[in-house]
Amino acid sequence: MRLVTERAIVGGIHPYTGQEAIAAGVCAALACDDILTSTHRGHGHVLAKGVDPARLLAELAGRSTGLNGGRGGSMHAADFTLGIYGANAIVGAAGAIATGALWALRRQGGDQVGVSFFGDGAVNEGALLEAFNLAALWRVPVLFVCENNGYATTMPVESAVAGSIPARAAAFGMPTFQVDGQDVELVYEVAERAVTLARTEVTPVFLECATYRFDAHHTFERLVRTDQRPAAELASARQRDPVRIAGDRLPAVDRAAIDDEVEAVLAAAVEFALNSPHPDPAGALDHLYASGLKPRLRDGRQR
Amino acid sequence: MTVLSYRKALNRALADELAADPSVFVLGEDVRAAATHVTAGLSGRFGDDRVIDAPLSEQAFTSFATGAAMAGLRPVLEFAIPSLLFLVFEQIVNHAHKFSLMTGGQTRVPVTYLFSGSGSRTGWAGQHSDQPYSLLAHVGVKTVVPATPADAYGLLRSAIADDDPVAVFAPAGVLSLHTDEDFAALAPVPLGSALVRRCGTDVTVVAVGHLVHEALAVAEELAGRVSVEVFDPRTLHPFDWDGLLESVRRTRRLVVLDDSNRSCGIGAEIVTSVVEQVRLLAAPRRVSRPDGAVLPFAQELDRVVQPDRALLVTAIDEVMEEQ
Repeated sequence: MRLVTERAIVGGIHPYTGQEAIAAGVCAALACDDILTSTHRGHGHVLAKGVDPARLLAELAGRSTGLNGGRGGSMHAADFTLGIYGANAIVGAAGAIATGALWALRRQGGDQVGVSFFGDGAVNEGALLEAFNLAALWRVPVLFVCENNGYATTMPVESAVAGSIPARAAAFGMPTFQVDGQDVELVYEVAERAVTLARTEVTPVFLECATYRFDAHHTFERLVRTDQRPAAELASARQRDPVRIAGDRLPAVDRAAIDDEVEAVLAAAVEFALNSPHPDPAGALDHLYASGLKPRLRDGRQR
Repeated sequence: MTVLSYRKALNRALADELAADPSVFVLGEDVRAAATHVTAGLSGRFGDDRVIDAPLSEQAFTSFATGAAMAGLRPVLEFAIPSLLFLVFEQIVNHAHKFSLMTGGQTRVPVTYLFSGSGSRTGWAGQHSDQPYSLLAHVGVKTVVPATPADAYGLLRSAIADDDPVAVFAPAGVLSLHTDEDFAALAPVPLGSALVRRCGTDVTVVAVGHLVHEALAVAEELAGRVSVEVFDPRTLHPFDWDGLLESVRRTRRLVVLDDSNRSCGIGAEIVTSVVEQVRLLAAPRRVSRPDGAVLPFAQELDRVVQPDRALLVTAIDEVMEEQ
C-alpha cells in the first residue's frame, strides 16, 4: 500500500488484506502441479501457490524482472511453472479457463486438480455458471472457491444474489462446502476434504468462504471515497483478522520468528523490485503473438 | 483432377489435422451430427473424444478451449452462425488474444475459430447474416477468409498449426462452390500471403472471400476494355501489404470489394494503407455494405445491402475515367 502511495506501483492494486486465510488454507491443500486461476485480487493466491515474492512485487512495479516481464501487472500475475494460469481481471472469466486447462492436462495423462478463485460478484456472471455446467458435465475436478467478502465493489451481496450462493453450485450436482474464511486451519481442513473429493471422485467441488476485505475494493477508492461500508461493520470484521487468529495460536517465540522472516522477505522483495530495470520500450509489443508475428507500428512502418 | 467442394475442403483439412496431430480436437455445437456438414464423418473416424459436442454455452466453451490450448492442446471451435462472434468476442479478444503478451510470453493459445457460413445466407435475416471479420482484424486476432476450396483447405490447416488464435471465416456465398482439384497438390497455405487471382495492368481490385469470384467475373466481362488485376488477400490480419503495394504500384488504381459494413470495415484500412504510400492516378473506390447495415429479411432487401457486380463495374469505370 505504501508503494502504491509512493507511486512505485502505478495504477494501484486490489488489496487482499482480510482474506489471507483463504489463499493460504486452500493452496496448502494443493500439490505442486495442481493448477490455479485467480482474480483481480490475486496477490494472495499466487503467493500461496508459491511464486517468488520478489518477482511478484517486481511485476506490480512494472519491472522487466517481474513474473510477466512487466507486461501484466497486478491483475495478471502468472507463473506457468507453478500451474498458475494467471490472475484474470474480468470477473468470473477464469472458471472456464481453469476447467479447460485441467481437462486438457488430465486428457494428456495428468492427475492434477485445479482451483479457481472468484468473489461473490462472480456468481452473477453467466460465463461462470456456464463453466460450472461444463465442469460438472465433463467431470473436471476443479475446486471452485467463492471468497464471499460481502461486496462486489460497493454492491452488498444481499442486494445482488437471489437465492443462496452454494445452492447455485449444488444445482449443477456439485458437492458444496462452506467455511469460515477467517480461520486458516478451518479453511485448510475443509479445502483438503474438498480437494480429496475432487481428486478421488473426479468431480468439481464448490467451496464458499465467508470473509471480509479490510480495505476498499481498490486503492483508487481511497481517493474517490466510494467505500461506504459502515464503520462499525468494518471495525467488527477487523476483530477477526485472519493473520492474528493464526498468530495467536503460535508460541510467542515462533510467532516472532515468523514475523521477522516475513519482514525480511518483504524487505528483500522491495529491494529487488525497486532496483530492477524498467522494460525496454522498444519491446513494448514483444509477445503480442506467440508465433513471433510483428505487426505494423504506430506510423504504419514494419519494424 | 477431382471435384472438391468448399465444405469438403474444410472437412478434409480438419481430418488431416486430426490425423496428423493428437493434440487437435474439434469442439462445437452439433459437430458430431455435422449440422453444417463441415464436420461430417469426423466423429465416426476419430471418435467422440476428438469431436466433442458442446452444450449451448458459447462463452464457457470458448474459454474452455483457451484453457485447453494453454495446457498443450490445439482446439478447433466451430461456430455455425457468424453472429455468435458477438457473444464470444470477450472470450476471444480479452482473453485468448491477450494472454501471450500479458503473461510476458509464458503461454500460447493455439485455438482456431471456424465460422462455417458468414455473410448473407439468403433468408436467414438480421441475426444470422453478419460478416464480422473486420472486427477481429481490428483487434489483432489473425483472420483469414478463404475464397476457394483449395485455400479453405490450406488456410484452415495453417490456422490449426499456428501458435496463436486464428479465426477462419468461410463465407456462406462460397460454401457450395466446387472446383477441380488435384488432391495430391492440396497443401497448407501460409497465413499473411495474398494471391493475385488474375493479372491486369489498369486497376487493382482487392476482393475479400466470396467476392473474389464476383471480381473475377467482372474482370472477364470488362476484358478488352479494362485490364483488371484481382487481388485476393486471403488473410486480413496479418495483411500482405507488400503484395498489395507491389500490385498497386503497377496499376496505380484501386477498387476494394468488401462485404463489411462501410465505416471502419477492412476496406477502409486497405484504401488508407495504400494511399498512405502510393500516389494513385484516381481516387480509390470502395464497394461494401452501407454504414452500419443490418441485413433485412426479404430477398430484394437483402441483395441491395450487399456489394454486387454492378457497383463494382461502376467503381472501376469511375477510377478509369478519372485522370
